[in-house]
Amino acid sequence: MDQYTLNLLFVGATFALYIGIAVWARAGSTSEFYAAGRGVHPVTNGMATAADWMSAASFISMAGLIAFGGYINSSFLMGWTGGYVLLALLLAPYLRKFGKFTVPEFIGDRFYSPTARIIAVICLIVASVTYVIGQMTGVGVAFSRFLEVNNTLGLMIGAGVVFFYAVLGGMKGVTYTQVAQYCVLITAYTIPAIFISLQLTGNPIPALGLFGDHVESGTALLTRLDQVVTELGFKEYTAQNGDPSSVINMVLFTFSLMIGTAGLPHVIIRFFTVPKVSDARWSAGWALVFIALLYLTAPAVGAMARLNIIDTIYPKGTSQESLAYEARPDWMKNWEVTGLLKFEDKNGDGRIQMYNDKSKSFAATAEERGWKGSELKVNRDILVLANPEIASLPGWVIALVAAGGLAAALSTAAGLLLAISSAVSHDLIKGSINPNISEKGELLAARISMAVAIAVATYLGLNPPGFAAQTVALAFGIAAASIFPALMMGIFSKRINNKGAVAGMLTGLIFTLVYIFLHKGWLFIPGTASFPDTIAGSLFGIKSTAIGSIGAILNFAAAYLVSTMTEDTPDEIKELVESVRIPKGAGAATAEH
Amino acid sequence: MTDTNSPNTTGGGGDKNQAYWSANVRMIIVSLIIWAFVSFGCGILLRPLLADIKVGGTDLGFWFAQQGSILVFLFLIFFYAWRMNKLDREHGVDEE
Repeated sequence: MDQYTLNLLFVGATFALYIGIAVWARAGSTSEFYAAGRGVHPVTNGMATAADWMSAASFISMAGLIAFGGYINSSFLMGWTGGYVLLALLLAPYLRKFGKFTVPEFIGDRFYSPTARIIAVICLIVASVTYVIGQMTGVGVAFSRFLEVNNTLGLMIGAGVVFFYAVLGGMKGVTYTQVAQYCVLITAYTIPAIFISLQLTGNPIPALGLFGDHVESGTALLTRLDQVVTELGFKEYTAQNGDPSSVINMVLFTFSLMIGTAGLPHVIIRFFTVPKVSDARWSAGWALVFIALLYLTAPAVGAMARLNIIDTIYPKGTSQESLAYEARPDWMKNWEVTGLLKFEDKNGDGRIQMYNDKSKSFAATAEERGWKGSELKVNRDILVLANPEIASLPGWVIALVAAGGLAAALSTAAGLLLAISSAVSHDLIKGSINPNISEKGELLAARISMAVAIAVATYLGLNPPGFAAQTVALAFGIAAASIFPALMMGIFSKRINNKGAVAGMLTGLIFTLVYIFLHKGWLFIPGTASFPDTIAGSLFGIKSTAIGSIGAILNFAAAYLVSTMTEDTPDEIKELVESVRIPKGAGAATAEH
Repeated sequence: MTDTNSPNTTGGGGDKNQAYWSANVRMIIVSLIIWAFVSFGCGILLRPLLADIKVGGTDLGFWFAQQGSILVFLFLIFFYAWRMNKLDREHGVDEE
């Protein structure tokens, strides 16, 4: 069977599975549509949360970020997992106890303010829409590489499948498809990693292989990697931060990712689906178990892929002649077609040289060897997708990785679309436009909102605006600076009142947006940035991706100041906070719906 | 900002609930100190100090940044969940 047929078979089978689950898990009430009837087992929810959370960025891009960034990009590993500690300790159990359906609903009720609710809805929609564009473009890329259909058709097929299970089943359908998608994506990620780890280190567990010995050279894998990258003029893979400003930026960036993770609504609403408060606590732990399976493997994949690529290009060692272009392996030819791997023979010797041509200290060595610039450009996103080919694994593994990449993108897209549509139908339509809407009417409104959200996301996926690549900065910045602090203060303080919360959210949001726009351009329009987005050039010496943590601190400060200067919170709000803090009675709150 | 000492407004059972909440806040603070110590501490700020402790071809700080902190996070969440679910029952605030 040829590769194309295998890919078609694997992707087709997984899609058929998702549609089967959709037919089985239809939603009959708003409680099922928004919160899967609150009957999801904590382990099941943990698995669904892992798929919901791990997007195309985690599956496709993260190993590449670490491979080419080295130690400094450990921020993604710590940030995207550390947020779950905050969720488990500070938010999930209490929001589950509150027992409603959306994140803006809690903010609106706790701060007895329709304005606060609307601000939360806006933050949610902006963060989730920017995030979903990345998933949709990821679906298009995976289709065009593995199934040879054009981008538009691929995106339409992907959107069609999500439409089917998200509109029919709401949270209920999304939950069970996410469980299936988790199984597909984790298998697809782990199998190639195990083979590569075995080849390089003899250890079947990639996370252990990363700190094990390199079979070929007999030295430790990371020592070996440090050695070969420095021989090519790059800085050491495990290099320490150079100066205090990069340490500060790493701390702030990691912190932004942590509180951003904890504040992303599509993750928070997953914890509304478990039966009890104690389940919400366990469930956050299980979610991190399933996430850690991939996150402990990713840095191993990154380091090993980097070493593999260098060994491929310098088969006799970095001091010897490099690979002749004509003798390049098949996987390079396959990826050259996509344009994500590019070779340009700058010195005309017919051989591939890859080294750090920006290093001044290495320039003399390069000149001596007759090199006229690095000749191979590798897009970091292809690492995971090309892994099975680099390790010469059988065709079915390649097909599995294709299905896994699609599962990662679709599961996150569905979770985001659900967060968007419930904010529209529950917070906007039922919450302010038509509070007397019937249960049936709201369910219909939820389905229509979902359909519209999918249509908009598909359109934006086909015509990605210039800011699509900036989703990390924008989505995490907004979640970190506006949503997380509001939720935390709502639970841990009785003193923060309506005015304080609104002032805090606006301060955090506006500060963060303005800072991002000053460095990335107003509304991301090229040429309108006032400062370069580097540590040295930026306004406060902080890169715009790390600014969410400062925005969050300003949010806390403004909310506290304004609250102390204005009237105390009403008694019924103090009672609400008391009740949210105590697990007893969560079942009763559920029964009302 | 946790205002654990503010007067209780729910009347009956208030003191008991207050004791439960204080115990919870203490648990959270201790857990978050460990959370920050392994990630921001061992993984980033203290890495130069840990440079002499060698682990698998690199230093302990690198291990914490890429693996150690994730493992500690896992332990923290499960420990907190276990401890709090026990605390719920001890204070009689658990769900039946």
